[in-house]
Amino acid sequence: MSDIGIPVSAYTGPGQLATALQAEWVKVRTLAGTWWLLAAVVVLTAAVGAGVSSAAACPAAGCGQDPAKLALSGVDLSQAVVAILAVLAISGEYSTGMIRVTLAAMPRRLTVLAAKAVTLAGLVLAAGAAGVLASMLAGRLLLPGRGFTAARGYPALSLTDGSDLRAVCGSVLYLALVALLALGLATAVRDSAVSIGLTLGLLYLFPVIASALGPNWSRHLQQIGPMSAGLTIQATAGLRALPLTPWQGLGVLALWAAAALTAGALALRLRDA
Amino acid sequence: MTAVLRSEWVKFRTVRGWVIGMLVAGLAIIALGLGPSDQGSCGASGPSACTQTLGPGGEAVTDSFYLAGRTLDGNGAITARVTSLTGQIPDFSDTGDPDGPPKTQSGLVPWAKAGIIIKASLAPGSAYAAMMVTGDHGVRMQWDYTGDVAAPGSVASGSAASVSDTSPRWLRLVRAGSSVTGYDSADGRHWTKVATVTLAGLPTTVRGGLFATSPPYTQLSAGQLDLNSANSSATGTFDQVSVAGGWHGNGWAGTAVGAQGGPAAGPAGNVTAAGGRITVTGTGDIAPSVAGAAGIGVTIAQTLIGLFAGLIAVAVIGAMFMTAEYRRGLIRVTLAATPRRWQVLAAKAVVLAAVAFAVGLVSSAVVVTMGQRVLREHGVYVWPASGLTEARVIVGSAAMLAVAAVIALAIGAIARRGAAAVAFVIVVIVLPYLLTVTTPLLPPGTTNWLARVTPAAAIAVQQTLVQYPQVANVYAPASGYYPLPPWAGFAVLCAWAAAALALAAYLLNRRDA
Repeated sequence: MSDIGIPVSAYTGPGQLATALQAEWVKVRTLAGTWWLLAAVVVLTAAVGAGVSSAAACPAAGCGQDPAKLALSGVDLSQAVVAILAVLAISGEYSTGMIRVTLAAMPRRLTVLAAKAVTLAGLVLAAGAAGVLASMLAGRLLLPGRGFTAARGYPALSLTDGSDLRAVCGSVLYLALVALLALGLATAVRDSAVSIGLTLGLLYLFPVIASALGPNWSRHLQQIGPMSAGLTIQATAGLRALPLTPWQGLGVLALWAAAALTAGALALRLRDA
Repeated sequence: MTAVLRSEWVKFRTVRGWVIGMLVAGLAIIALGLGPSDQGSCGASGPSACTQTLGPGGEAVTDSFYLAGRTLDGNGAITARVTSLTGQIPDFSDTGDPDGPPKTQSGLVPWAKAGIIIKASLAPGSAYAAMMVTGDHGVRMQWDYTGDVAAPGSVASGSAASVSDTSPRWLRLVRAGSSVTGYDSADGRHWTKVATVTLAGLPTTVRGGLFATSPPYTQLSAGQLDLNSANSSATGTFDQVSVAGGWHGNGWAGTAVGAQGGPAAGPAGNVTAAGGRITVTGTGDIAPSVAGAAGIGVTIAQTLIGLFAGLIAVAVIGAMFMTAEYRRGLIRVTLAATPRRWQVLAAKAVVLAAVAFAVGLVSSAVVVTMGQRVLREHGVYVWPASGLTEARVIVGSAAMLAVAAVIALAIGAIARRGAAAVAFVIVVIVLPYLLTVTTPLLPPGTTNWLARVTPAAAIAVQQTLVQYPQVANVYAPASGYYPLPPWAGFAVLCAWAAAALALAAYLLNRRDA
């Protein structure tokens, strides 16, 4: 079970999770890469969102676009950075051998994973919130100039609107769930390149492949794909045509994240480090 | 250099995970290409729904118009004055009866056509040459579906009607053997030759006369694929019609050529004659058939959708091929053995590209040849592509896989982090594809820009459809029309790879290992 010869049950110190959280926080805080990646999440979410908002066009009423989705489309890109951050949080330890020190100090391995998950989710929620709010603001300012006016049925984006608020909060949660999915996969797989390939493959391939198949297959793939399902949380218009309701969609992503974390936890518990 | 190549090849083939990964890439391409597909509609509505009329060049064409015609035996000429071109287009804003056919209003689509034609036979897809006035593209001569030239001096009218009682247009076609010459005149005295074309295999006895046709009217919303489309019609009014040479008979017999059946087609057209004025009304088009929003079916690129799964797999292997050296400290041994560091990078790139290309070539060949068959058996219409085009799609897709792997290798050398290299490749290739082809959120200008400058431009190697300026259509990446020619798109990917390799070589030389 543990390669340093202390039975796991022997460790009964108090406040393990708090200690583990503190340890993870020190580790993640002192890596330069963490802050660069978090900054990239904020900047890319906002910049791509603002870029799309300034390029989109709604020439006439009923142009079939979803302004919230346009404004928040930076999430499509920044989720890749979130995935890198999450993968490096665990595979970085494996590539340097740090994991053996970590597990020696904290033999309850699931506590280690839980502490990593909480730390990571907290950081991504903070960075995601900053990026998403900035892109929402950009959309609010830019979209009316691109034809998304109240006269054409598109009132300016606003956090006081229920569905816009859902899209904003949901996008932040989406990024955090992507981080947990990537963390779980990386814990199970350990190698950083393979983990990121798997994570981004899971995210991006479902919509790409769904588009090539007919409508029946496409609908099913959109229901089970973590990205296509999860991003239905950004929908504010035409909800009836969607294969899932927004919260169901985010739920599908949450299931993926839970499954990945379970696989990671099992692998961490059963395998030598 | 051969020694370096060999040592890199040994490194590659002795890591089991990489060999398995390459096999996974190939199998993913094959499985997704031969795997799931919806049942197409061809089987249900009869085999006829799965065929398109083919023109003299073997290309798919639309050949549907109303002809007021006679038979011409041997050489001859026909001259007519067009005094008006009017039409009916659907009025989508009038939603009085949502289930009934759309209400119509006066109007012309830009490629509504009326004029004179000489055609090998009444069979759809047969050779022809025609002089015509169009809704918005002036006076033109068109022949054999793909040929199209504007009459000299004729300008796009910019408004819906290019001819009227006060400014009529004279058109003339002269047939001599298998060549047909078109002439255009504003006054019936001074004639301008438009073009002489040779119609291969034109029989001695042909049909000729006055025609009218009008392609479907399409209302775009936001330039996206969400659109309304319905038939339109065009009416041409002719007078001072005269013929010379071996024409038979006196009247002009109305025939709906290539009329589409079904309840939605509506009346095919008609001809009325009164006091020397002949009015012809028709619906359809005489033009190459196009895929896309208003078209049908899929292209062979559909079978290659698994390329993106393969691409992610080779990107992972490409990145690891480099970063594994750093992880284990092997890079110091490698560089001690080959002090010319760029050679190491070059050898790795060659080995990786060769393996990825081989895997891509085999799997693409399998899906392009077998995948089309599977789709057709499922009743899906697959656009025909020539053998050469298929070969280009197969080789191009394999090359795209190889170059993408090399980019991952180069970024792996630059960043020395596998995760960053893999994420970079996926983000610059798969994400732009997703944004331009799968879910185009942006207006066509931005979408086409993305499809030109990002490495995803290379997907143009899968282009099998041709854009025709004489057919109005949404020529967007989402319908299989990429803004760059196939190898130009591939060159964009190669430019990215070259830049990444150059930076990698520079850093490898300059940095301590």
